[in-house]
Amino acid sequence: MADVERTPGFNTLAIHAGAKPDPATGARATPIYQTASYVFDDVEHAASLFGLQAFGNIYTRIGNPTCAVLEERVAALEGGTAALAVASGHAAQVLVMHAMLTPGDEFIASTKLYGGSINQFNHSFKSFGWNVVWADPDDIGSFERAVTPKTKAIFIESIANPGGIVTDIEAIAQVARKAGVPLVVDNTLATPYLCKPIDYGADVVVHSLTKFLGGHGNSIGGIIVDAGTFNWSRDRKYPMLCEPRPEYSGIVLHETFGNFAFAIACRVLGLRDLGPALSPFNAFLIATGIETLPLRMQRHSENALAVAQWLSQRPEVAWVSYPGLASDKYHALAQKYVPKGCGAVMTVGLKGGYDAGVKLVSNVKLFSHLANIGDTKSLIIHPASTTHKQLSDEQKTKAGAGPDVVRLSIGIEDVADIIADLEQGLK
Amino acid sequence: MIKLNHDSYPDNYIRGILNTVKTIAMVGFSPNTSRPSYFVFKYFLERGTRVIPVNPGHAGKEVLGQKVYAHLADIPEPIDMVDIFRAPEHVMPVVEEALALKPLPMVIWMQLGIRNNEAAALAEAAGIKVVMNRCPKIEYGRLSSEISWIGVNSRTLSSKRAQILPGGVQRMGLGSGNGNDKGKEGDG
Ligand SMILES: Cc1ncc(COP(=O)(O)O)c(C=O)c1O
Repeated sequence: MADVERTPGFNTLAIHAGAKPDPATGARATPIYQTASYVFDDVEHAASLFGLQAFGNIYTRIGNPTCAVLEERVAALEGGTAALAVASGHAAQVLVMHAMLTPGDEFIASTKLYGGSINQFNHSFKSFGWNVVWADPDDIGSFERAVTPKTKAIFIESIANPGGIVTDIEAIAQVARKAGVPLVVDNTLATPYLCKPIDYGADVVVHSLTKFLGGHGNSIGGIIVDAGTFNWSRDRKYPMLCEPRPEYSGIVLHETFGNFAFAIACRVLGLRDLGPALSPFNAFLIATGIETLPLRMQRHSENALAVAQWLSQRPEVAWVSYPGLASDKYHALAQKYVPKGCGAVMTVGLKGGYDAGVKLVSNVKLFSHLANIGDTKSLIIHPASTTHKQLSDEQKTKAGAGPDVVRLSIGIEDVADIIADLEQGLK
Repeated sequence: MIKLNHDSYPDNYIRGILNTVKTIAMVGFSPNTSRPSYFVFKYFLERGTRVIPVNPGHAGKEVLGQKVYAHLADIPEPIDMVDIFRAPEHVMPVVEEALALKPLPMVIWMQLGIRNNEAAALAEAAGIKVVMNRCPKIEYGRLSSEISWIGVNSRTLSSKRAQILPGGVQRMGLGSGNGNDKGKEGDG
């Protein structure tokens, strides 16, 4: 009996997970199922699908076979039980909170997050009655102090955008466990190649697929991964999962779907009703991108470390924030959580302040001046004159976007060319 | 027979069970259409498996054309597998009832969330295969790749295409698990 089953390695999963040959045609590449809808086998089959009694496809807002390949692949890479791909990283965050919170509830979020997430939590989420309480990942006690009876979740980034900050996932997971709430980790900057938050106690992992997973700057997308670890029924605090759902004639999702019920709740309640579905074409591009994720992340990390080391020796540069540098404040955490490398993103402080930042982004020829990270191409932005322009100088500095700060996302070009471009740009 | 720890099961063990079982008795069956037992009942009926509901509170009724029995002993035909939808503390009497059947069932299956090691040991001592804390519908979906359509990590990789069952394009078969199954087309 062939009962010894190998657990495939990360590189193998990146290529094969979710992507068996197409059952209908034998196509080996994942077909782009560019369809809005799917014919039912018969009336009974249709009823079973709508009642969640059978597995299958109904309508692409709820599920699509190309998107499903992407979902299974990311679930496998993160070590989760299931995943749900959606239209953007921000949409993923909406669906996660929609499944966990009811109006008037709170969630605790790290102050060290992507600026767009800070905006989303401070403004849009408040209008849904989902109240963010901020805590500082440099002070784990601030998470403990933020817990109240209304707390339903804790949200952090593994490596935070933009500053090269590594979060102590395990310590915050302990706070979440004690509070009886799930830990949600945005793993966009690290990707599962560098760090698997589920290994450190994350209950849900989210990504902006737009960045390193897609990897080529060609598609917006997001994903929610269910770790299968959280008991949604224990304290009866999560009615989407532990109460009979009127939308589905009284089904209790946690009881019915067990350790992948959260991903199902995000799909059949969140995605179905709020609607941010991913295009199958984007799913195809992103799933194809993931096939080379290990190679790209290795090169991104090697190039970024070389650039960080080079920049920290330059007379024009006041400081470099990159956890791969031995002198960095987060180096010890990086050795624990991202031992294979620290990814592509860093911030750099220029001695010449605002004007030097503007000059550098204007002078570069290989780096693209744009608001994104995680492309094969090297990218640069001066937050003070763009994404954070509306803030006061004090607010800018607090957000890690002071007038002297430039953010780099190092690509996978030849590192000598990347450094040469920065050298001529700094002059 | 391989020694199982019942924390995890080899895929071939589960596939072997689901491929051989033709008649399932479901103890603790609920005719309520939003209960998990009803889901599993309907799913296997649609795949041509004979599924016999067992629940003394509903004995004599018919659900989807299947007669409900009060007890395993009342079922007038051989049973391949007993699928138990009862809390762990109520599992032992069910297993004892199953052990009194002639012929013996081949498999005792306890649903997702249900585990009773003592009852499992008793059944195994009688040569019966045991699965605990799993759902046969989810396992069928996982091993047939059907469940991949809803983003679930099937934990299976293959360079062979999955088998489409006759009678529809959205129904898949389990295959033998050795990767040599032809992807058979459905007959419409
Ligand atoms: C860490 C992080 N999370 C979430 C997002 C939002 O993702 P999207 O732009 O795909 O909505 C971004 C985008 O920059 C990000 O960097």
